[in-house]
Amino acid sequence: MKFRVDRDVLADAVAWVARSLPSRPSLPVLAGMLIDARDGELLLSGFDYETSARVQVPAEVTSEGSALVSGRLLADISRSLPAQPVDLTADGGKVVVTCRSARFTVQTLPVEDYPELPEMPTASGIVKGDVFANAVSQVAVAAGRDDMLPVLTGVRIEIEGSAVTLAATDRYRLAVREFSWTPEKPDLSATALVPARVLADTAKAFASGSDVTIALAVPGSGTGEGLVGFAGISGGTMRRTTTRLLDGEFPKYRTLFPPEQQTVARVETAPLVESLKRVALVAERNTPIRLTLGDGQATLEAGSSDEAQASESIEAAIEGESLTIGFNPQYLLDGLGALEAPVAQFSFTQPTRPAVLTGLAAADAEPNTDYRYLLMPVRLQN
Amino acid sequence: MFVRTEATILHADLDAFYASVEQRDDPRLRGRPVIVGAGVVLAASYEAKAFGVRTAMGGAQARWLCPQAIVVGPRMKAYSEASKAVFEVFRRTTPLVEGLSIDEAFLDVAGLWRIAGSPVDIAKQLRRDVLEQVGLPITVGVARTKFLAKVASGVGKPDGLLVVPPDGELDFLHPLPVERLWGVGRVTSGKLRDRGITTVGDVAKLAEPTLISWLGRAAGRHLHALAHNQDPRPVRVGQRRRSIGAQRALGRSRRTPEELDAIVIALVDRVTRRMRAAGRAGRTVVLRLRFDDFSRATRSHTLTRATGQTEEILAAVRALLATAAPLIERQGLTLIGVAVGNFDDGGAVQLELPFDRRSGGALDSVLDDVRERFGSGAVTRAVLLGRDPGLSVPLLPD
Repeated sequence: MKFRVDRDVLADAVAWVARSLPSRPSLPVLAGMLIDARDGELLLSGFDYETSARVQVPAEVTSEGSALVSGRLLADISRSLPAQPVDLTADGGKVVVTCRSARFTVQTLPVEDYPELPEMPTASGIVKGDVFANAVSQVAVAAGRDDMLPVLTGVRIEIEGSAVTLAATDRYRLAVREFSWTPEKPDLSATALVPARVLADTAKAFASGSDVTIALAVPGSGTGEGLVGFAGISGGTMRRTTTRLLDGEFPKYRTLFPPEQQTVARVETAPLVESLKRVALVAERNTPIRLTLGDGQATLEAGSSDEAQASESIEAAIEGESLTIGFNPQYLLDGLGALEAPVAQFSFTQPTRPAVLTGLAAADAEPNTDYRYLLMPVRLQN
Repeated sequence: MFVRTEATILHADLDAFYASVEQRDDPRLRGRPVIVGAGVVLAASYEAKAFGVRTAMGGAQARWLCPQAIVVGPRMKAYSEASKAVFEVFRRTTPLVEGLSIDEAFLDVAGLWRIAGSPVDIAKQLRRDVLEQVGLPITVGVARTKFLAKVASGVGKPDGLLVVPPDGELDFLHPLPVERLWGVGRVTSGKLRDRGITTVGDVAKLAEPTLISWLGRAAGRHLHALAHNQDPRPVRVGQRRRSIGAQRALGRSRRTPEELDAIVIALVDRVTRRMRAAGRAGRTVVLRLRFDDFSRATRSHTLTRATGQTEEILAAVRALLATAAPLIERQGLTLIGVAVGNFDDGGAVQLELPFDRRSGGALDSVLDDVRERFGSGAVTRAVLLGRDPGLSVPLLPD
């Protein structure tokens, strides 16, 4: 194996594949990155039995062949190389990397022990890279991080024809985002539960590209069952990743949105976020901020008389009864941040029932219901 | 720090509480040695204490020391009622009552001069009221600090009143044996006595660094301050518990894992019901174990969020018990306890989205209501049917 490749192309590609490599591999070969040089192109692959990643980049291949080397090491090396063409040569049990006068000799791992990467399931449809990345980031913020509850560490994907719904929850808040895409078949109906962390990383990697192909195996089709695949062109290179779906039943969330509301408040998002950050300074760990809505004002308060207290009021357009409700300040900030809208609308029923957050383009606009953030309050004493 | 100049703190301590209640309710027991508790001695009347019988002593040893003693079974409900009645008297005396346990409390009577007279008069009246209204003897220590008041009631027992005047504090304190100081147990007492230190006065003569070098930083400072009569702590009302727990002595017989599971279920039920009644939610679950050789171990787990739900706390306790299983197998278990602490400040609870309408929270509150209305035994788990629920010791309200 012998090839020459552009330094930036190599560094980008290696970095992306290396991200999905396990930091503590269950088998030593899984720490490896597979380098496969073929006719005019280079394939770089990583796999940890959960998630696989593969990049295809153009290269001047003099001699075809493959080698397996430590992915972390190759990432560290290629990131640090000067901006000159890079030559890679397999030589006996070693790979030699040269760039200008820098020369690295890296031990190889046994290629024959490396597991075969799973096949991509057949393509289900196509979505714009930036739309997908934005939708995923809005939803993933609500996903759980507790590995004791694996179902809640996932993002639920529901596909009905050209409509896609993403949902995630950690039991305390629920984020739901709807967007449209171009399905392969107009009557496609499918669901999947994808690990939120992997999905967020993947979507971000495809954000700058034009289109992302999502491939969801149809149950009973044989290939790629229990997997979801994503493919797209990003930075001039072809990238694909697959990940194993999570098992288990995602909570039935659609009925959780209250059908009616007692109080609706509209507040400018940016000033609210600023006040919230200030007032939350005195909210001790695990203590809520109190939000009071009434008389055209939203008042935030936090803290206790034992330590420190803070309060701040901002203008709000309020319809319905006035109310006081408690929230975890970080959960509220997460929601306001994910709205990505200049005006936030809160809908409440009672101080112990969930509140719905939606975004508006302007104070007098209709709420954009593509994205909804359902937040459970903190029960206040007295 | 504000230091009082007058002796206005009362430490009121019921004498041989359980035994006194038994003697009050059964005239045949009056004036005779009484032991409460057939296995371990839970309480002994002063007549029995004269023979060397002590609380927590084994039953066989107690009967050997005092063969004529009358042994009675405990009646926790009666003690709980008596305690409530006594605390009622405390609260009628002054609003500033800091309960330490069901049978003792600090009372601050500063500022009651015009209404009720001098602290000594109030203390006398308090003793009369407890005897007349509840029928129990109580000893009261009166001093300028909590520490001195408690020492005074200890010295004044039984059925006494001891006042430590502000100008006689060191004269009172220094001749006392070191064991009277708070925090001096068997080990510290041994360390001090090995060095010829037998009285509080001996401790007061030592420099603080010397005490620290013998006993460690915390204990050294603590004893130095106490021996010099420094104790600025005020009487606090409504001090909230930092943890809520329950435990069960198991005796020497080996328990199967199923029996142990049933025992922790009962303990968790009891603890979580108390937590919910007090409106508290905790994050840290602690399992306490005592083994055949009296050595102890604790295992704890901190949850991602505070809870008062039986199911969640039981799951954590079971996981802790499972990890401790090899240790229990090897060393034999004689006591098991469950406690929940690390309470959320202010009791604010992050609510969960109602995914599952059959969630534990709803079941818990229904069971709490049923037990509140029809008694603790009205509804129980099938696994606990026919099992001895163990003693439920009366406690101060949470």
